[in-house]
Amino acid sequence: METLITILVGVLVTVAVYLLLSRNLVRVILGTAILSHAVHLLLMTMGGLKKGSVPIIGEEAGNYTDALPQALILTAIVISFAVTAFLLVLAYRTYKETGSDDLSVLRGTEDE
Amino acid sequence: MNNMIVLPMIIPILTGVFLIFLRPYVKIQRVLSILSILVTIGVSIYILNRIQTDGILRLDFGGWLPPYGILFVADSFAMLLVVTTAIITGILLFYAFSSVSKSFESMFFYPFVFFLIAGVNGSFLTGDLFNLFVCFEVMLLSSYVLITLGGRKVQLVESIKYVSINVLSSWFFLVAIAYLYGTVGTLNMAHLSVRVAEVGQGPLLTVISIIFLIVFSLKAGLLLYFWLPGSYSAPPTVIAALFGALLTKVGIYAMFRVFTLIFYHEPGITHTLIGVMAAVTLIGGSIGAIAHNDVRQIVSYNVVIAVGFILVGLAISTEVAIQGSIYYLIHDMIIKALLFLIAGTMIYLTGTARIEQMSGLIRNYPILGWLFFITMLSLAGIPPLSGFIGKVYIGQGAIEAGSFVLLAIAFISSIFVLYSLLRIFMNCFWGETIINEDDDVPLKKGILIPCVVLGILTIALGLGAEGIAVYVSDAAHTLMNPEIYIEAVLQD
Repeated sequence: METLITILVGVLVTVAVYLLLSRNLVRVILGTAILSHAVHLLLMTMGGLKKGSVPIIGEEAGNYTDALPQALILTAIVISFAVTAFLLVLAYRTYKETGSDDLSVLRGTEDE
Repeated sequence: MNNMIVLPMIIPILTGVFLIFLRPYVKIQRVLSILSILVTIGVSIYILNRIQTDGILRLDFGGWLPPYGILFVADSFAMLLVVTTAIITGILLFYAFSSVSKSFESMFFYPFVFFLIAGVNGSFLTGDLFNLFVCFEVMLLSSYVLITLGGRKVQLVESIKYVSINVLSSWFFLVAIAYLYGTVGTLNMAHLSVRVAEVGQGPLLTVISIIFLIVFSLKAGLLLYFWLPGSYSAPPTVIAALFGALLTKVGIYAMFRVFTLIFYHEPGITHTLIGVMAAVTLIGGSIGAIAHNDVRQIVSYNVVIAVGFILVGLAISTEVAIQGSIYYLIHDMIIKALLFLIAGTMIYLTGTARIEQMSGLIRNYPILGWLFFITMLSLAGIPPLSGFIGKVYIGQGAIEAGSFVLLAIAFISSIFVLYSLLRIFMNCFWGETIINEDDDVPLKKGILIPCVVLGILTIALGLGAEGIAVYVSDAAHTLMNPEIYIEAVLQD
């Protein structure tokens, strides 16, 4: 199971890098979103996939799943949502202001 | 009873939240923000003094003892930076009152400054790697907002680069955390240190440590500083000063923490790498600083040089060198704020950022001119000013450890700093004035006084280095002896 998820993470990172390298701003943002999904899966896998019961004290199970990776992912997901939302708004504003979402047009400033 | 050490983070957050509701009442926002920053300064200084008597303080949130819960740890190093952060923010707020336009003030400028401070202080105080990530994000998200506030074209274009680079580095941070957790099974920094010492820092852990190095280098602008000059020259003066003074310092702090507390077993690989990166940063920053004719660009490249210089101390990693780095870190926070303020004021007065289009400013604005002169000397490390003592200690450490190449590069870079700023001084302040009396923009007191206060601070830090010597040597001692930190966190 761990191997499968790791391969999935690899595929996601590949897709994300492909998107990140494109010139279109929206594609870059989608790339960062996929990149963060990949890392969340990686966090989950590195903590070990489900091996025991739910992590509630007092249950009569022999061993419990590690709750920490889940807590970490929850926080990381919230943060990545916020950042992606911000980036999308930023891209929209930049498009409105400059009339372009092509990164090769946006590079550099006028007085350079 | 150590609940106090959460205050440097909680006070700014609460203030920020409260100020959001006071959006239309600019006067009340100003008064409240000053009050809140004063309280933060007071509390931080009190905690710093308590550490000297009671040792390292820690706070376990929710009573979960380490290594299970998350926690805040306050040692001298962290608290020195918290105190400096609070003082500089206070001064910059005064500058903001008279330089920032009304539309900014009613567009949540103050709340986001406070969220930024909360993130910065949280990063300094946390004792847990994941918490460090969260505090980084709090800080970064507010910096994204501050850099785009106003929405000029340059700001938007530059902030896209800034945001994307930081998203990518946050991704690397999470990858490093995932691998580290998978390898040693903990994220508490003291516990990590123990575990890493137990299993020995093998190749795998060294690779993980290098991922951390990449992450913090991106945040601090060590070697990977390509995004820095552009994004630091885009926002308005106060915000640029806030960034230049605080943001890169958090990356530097994290690097010091991680490479003195957790990954200190393979200095041959990691610390050599830091040394090489610092050297390249110093060279690249020097070239950038003398290559540009734009005041903001020159000033931004000076940030890069300072980052390289501070990390020379970490690369050498003796107690004296670390002491030097800490002195220089505090000095740099003050002086970079001042430098950005003066550069911004010059642009405000002349309406241009090109140094060849300014001349003779010192005739119209003598105090500003002499202040710039002091800044220049202080950055170059001329004795009575604050840059001197840090340079001496780093130099002494380098000689003791025999890293003469680093020493040479670090000190030659000081000459480039001096030269790049001397160019500004000669071009902009000396010569015939080109501003005739009708166009003479009056320099507001509210703009000049914060600069003067920062100038006094740099002189005071230079003359009164004795005053903070106790704290700095304690901080360096704790950094070089990780068992003190571990014992304070994992006892009972």
